[in-house]
Amino acid sequence: MMRRPLALFASVVALSFVTAPVSAQTIAITGGKLAIGDGSEPIDNGTVVIVNGKVVAAGAGVAVPAGAQRIDATGQWVTPGIMSGFSRVGLVEVEAVGETEDSEAPKSPFSAAIDVAPAVNPLVNPVAINRTSGVTRAVVVPSAGASIFAGQGAIIDLGADMNAITQARAFQYVELGEAGADKAGGSRAAAQLMFRTLLGEAQDYARNPAAYDGRSKDNLLLRADAKALVPVVQGKVPLLVHVERSADILSVIALREEFAALKIVLVGASEGWRVAPQIAAARIPVIAAGLTDLPSSFEKLAATQSNVGRMMEAGVLVALGLTEGNDAVQLRWAMQQAGNMVALQKIPGATGLSWGQAFRTITSAPAEALGVGDRLGSLRAGRVGDVVIWDGDPLELSSAATAVFIDGKQQPLENRQTKLRDRYAIPAPGTLPKAYDH
Amino acid sequence: MRLKAISLCMPLLLAACASSSEEPKTASAKPSGSSTEPENPYPSTYAPYPGVPTAIRGATILDGEGGRIERGVVFLSGGKITAVGGPDTPIPADVAVFDGTGKYVTPGIIDIHSHLGDYPSPSVDALSDGNEATSPVTADVWAEHSIWPQDPGFSRALVNGGVTSLQILPGSANLFGGRGVTLKNVPARTQQGMKFPGAPYSLKMACGENPKRVYGAKGRQPSTRMGNIAVDRQTWIKARAYQIKRAANKEQMRDLAMETLADVLEGKILVHNHCYRADEMANVIDMSKEFGYKVTAFHHAVESYKIADLLKQNGICSAMWADWYGFKMESYDGIRENIPLVQNAGACAIVHSDDENGIQRLNQEASKARAAGKRMGIDIPEEVAWEWLSYNPAKAMGIADQTGSLKVGKMADVVLWNGNPFSIYTRPERVWIDGALMYDANDPKRRPVSDFELGQIGAGDTK
Repeated sequence: MMRRPLALFASVVALSFVTAPVSAQTIAITGGKLAIGDGSEPIDNGTVVIVNGKVVAAGAGVAVPAGAQRIDATGQWVTPGIMSGFSRVGLVEVEAVGETEDSEAPKSPFSAAIDVAPAVNPLVNPVAINRTSGVTRAVVVPSAGASIFAGQGAIIDLGADMNAITQARAFQYVELGEAGADKAGGSRAAAQLMFRTLLGEAQDYARNPAAYDGRSKDNLLLRADAKALVPVVQGKVPLLVHVERSADILSVIALREEFAALKIVLVGASEGWRVAPQIAAARIPVIAAGLTDLPSSFEKLAATQSNVGRMMEAGVLVALGLTEGNDAVQLRWAMQQAGNMVALQKIPGATGLSWGQAFRTITSAPAEALGVGDRLGSLRAGRVGDVVIWDGDPLELSSAATAVFIDGKQQPLENRQTKLRDRYAIPAPGTLPKAYDH
Repeated sequence: MRLKAISLCMPLLLAACASSSEEPKTASAKPSGSSTEPENPYPSTYAPYPGVPTAIRGATILDGEGGRIERGVVFLSGGKITAVGGPDTPIPADVAVFDGTGKYVTPGIIDIHSHLGDYPSPSVDALSDGNEATSPVTADVWAEHSIWPQDPGFSRALVNGGVTSLQILPGSANLFGGRGVTLKNVPARTQQGMKFPGAPYSLKMACGENPKRVYGAKGRQPSTRMGNIAVDRQTWIKARAYQIKRAANKEQMRDLAMETLADVLEGKILVHNHCYRADEMANVIDMSKEFGYKVTAFHHAVESYKIADLLKQNGICSAMWADWYGFKMESYDGIRENIPLVQNAGACAIVHSDDENGIQRLNQEASKARAAGKRMGIDIPEEVAWEWLSYNPAKAMGIADQTGSLKVGKMADVVLWNGNPFSIYTRPERVWIDGALMYDANDPKRRPVSDFELGQIGAGDTK
């Protein structure tokens, strides 16, 4: 076992790095096994056509436009880029190094008004590392600090450029389970009251902004926070609500009796399968971790890996995300999460997903849950040209991305980790120290 | 939803792959001072459950020591592996025969780094018993005295992970965390009922960020990495003095911490050292030579790839994740090729979890590592990669003469997988421990439900 490793990252697609502007460019990727990302099963010998950074067609028998740059993906898989339904990527360089951590602001006087978009740094290493693995978009979620409301999250791309933001202020985030109880003063009852009170104040603000007297008399919300909650209470932006236990999920659904316009998206929902028909009837999407199967808290007693499958069987739209941690660095685990959902099909008594359903949870489902499925997440016509070519089944552990396109632009697949790998392919230094090997 | 991995539960294990399996302290009680050091005061009460003679035929066998047999036969009886061979291996009449066509048979997975029972689910303060974070030197504590046998994590590791043995270590808040213990993954009322009979004890040590952070925050030594090593060295000086006196049968007061450290110095207890960075591992190696002990394995070891040659030279194993990085400063340089690069250098590689979720998917971690190696031209066959999951951890835990590979006479700790275990689509179908069928995917009655889960929503569900 003393073979000399080849320090090369085999790129199966012989493509020069596209540096030209996106405009007026047509790319056709042909011959690969094609997955659209909409829940359908993959098809052989598919073609994807991208014009000016957007998908114009994908499927079998799609004609290649004249003058298109042709990429032969024969023997490979072609899919939309992976989208993480829950992450903090771009907000963190090293998770436990506080100076590099911008996802949480427990000492800020603000809450709902906090907007992560200006804090997103496309140059943090986890962006490049996850891009290399085929992740092209992510839902970026602020962590709740002192309030139950964490602030406004963003949808970003993981491209190698400085324009990361796909949509700023794409949603609001609130804690209403165990964590929410803690932030509201100690109980879930207090958290519910806090939520109703603060949304009521946002309604007051909407009725007459000039008259709103932030944090005086009876008001708890600063003006900026009240203003930020207006589109939430009016249903103009989704509200991501983190709860796990089934009773909490029902309490969240019931909030719409008082605030009818709320566009709720459940986050976590480890016990969602227990109340899946109610979630489905309320047409509420869920962003879940998928593999949660331990009662790691008393709000996850019924956790099972079949949660996602059972909710989807009941008609719930489910996306996968890193709701259980590692959220700033391991977006690339999405494929493993989804693949495990497929594995459950072979377990008697478990509820798994078909390949197409599973792949949907990490592509179009996150986009649809956030209300941007018409723009992102699949290879249906009109979506952004986020395409990945893989050397095998993308859900399989042995597979890797060999080419990644974001908005139709081919991305570099090098990162700090690939450089460390190449430097230490042979551990001992040669004629000069390792520091000279770059 | 903050990353649990940055908490103190991450121990640092140092195990030497090639360590021989010392017998646990047995006969010679050591007279020492006001009382006598007892032999094995918390003995294992584990006994194998009844099994029936069982043959699996037609499966691909990975024997755990680099061997591979297509359409092979594995025969278990009397709790032991009694035959392993090709398609023509005779199968006695009147035994249970399972058709393994299209499936794989492997040794049970052994997790060398777990905190199940010590940091159980539910993760509430009342059950959080993994770090005695009151002093940087707590060599006196034993992880087994914190184990809550009702942790549902044990059952998940069995049914989803195919884990048949595991080492429970104290956390890594302390430089000397205390004694670790090896368990059979068989539910029991007590920790003694899970204890792997005759397995050597381990000592958990930690370098790096955790000890200096925990004690620096308390305004005491260590608050730096140099403080870490200084406290370590001072402690070894004391331990050597104790050990010399004990060996000479000289009168001295019993000291629990010193008893453990003296056993390390006499090679009876294996050192498992949590350590991320290459430079720190090198410091620890020198320290072990200064004081005359052996590091069995470095745990976490995200930078082993930078010093794989040094680790090989010193016969020290690395217990690693496939792809963890970036969750703390000392994990910043983690790369997915760490495991294959260690293997490629001829050093001992182990896949570990340190995590109640990761322990359910160690085969998947090995697969990711193998794939990363292959992409850089290091092609490690499946049957060799399986050594990371069973035989190498068994060696580093001193139990390789009893389990960790499918060799005749060894414990029948066996997993039948419903496909290739390097595939994402594969799960355990049946798991035998000492020849007893402890999990059967087709039989809900062969799926353990801990007291904690019994009578709760979801009890007995497929998890």
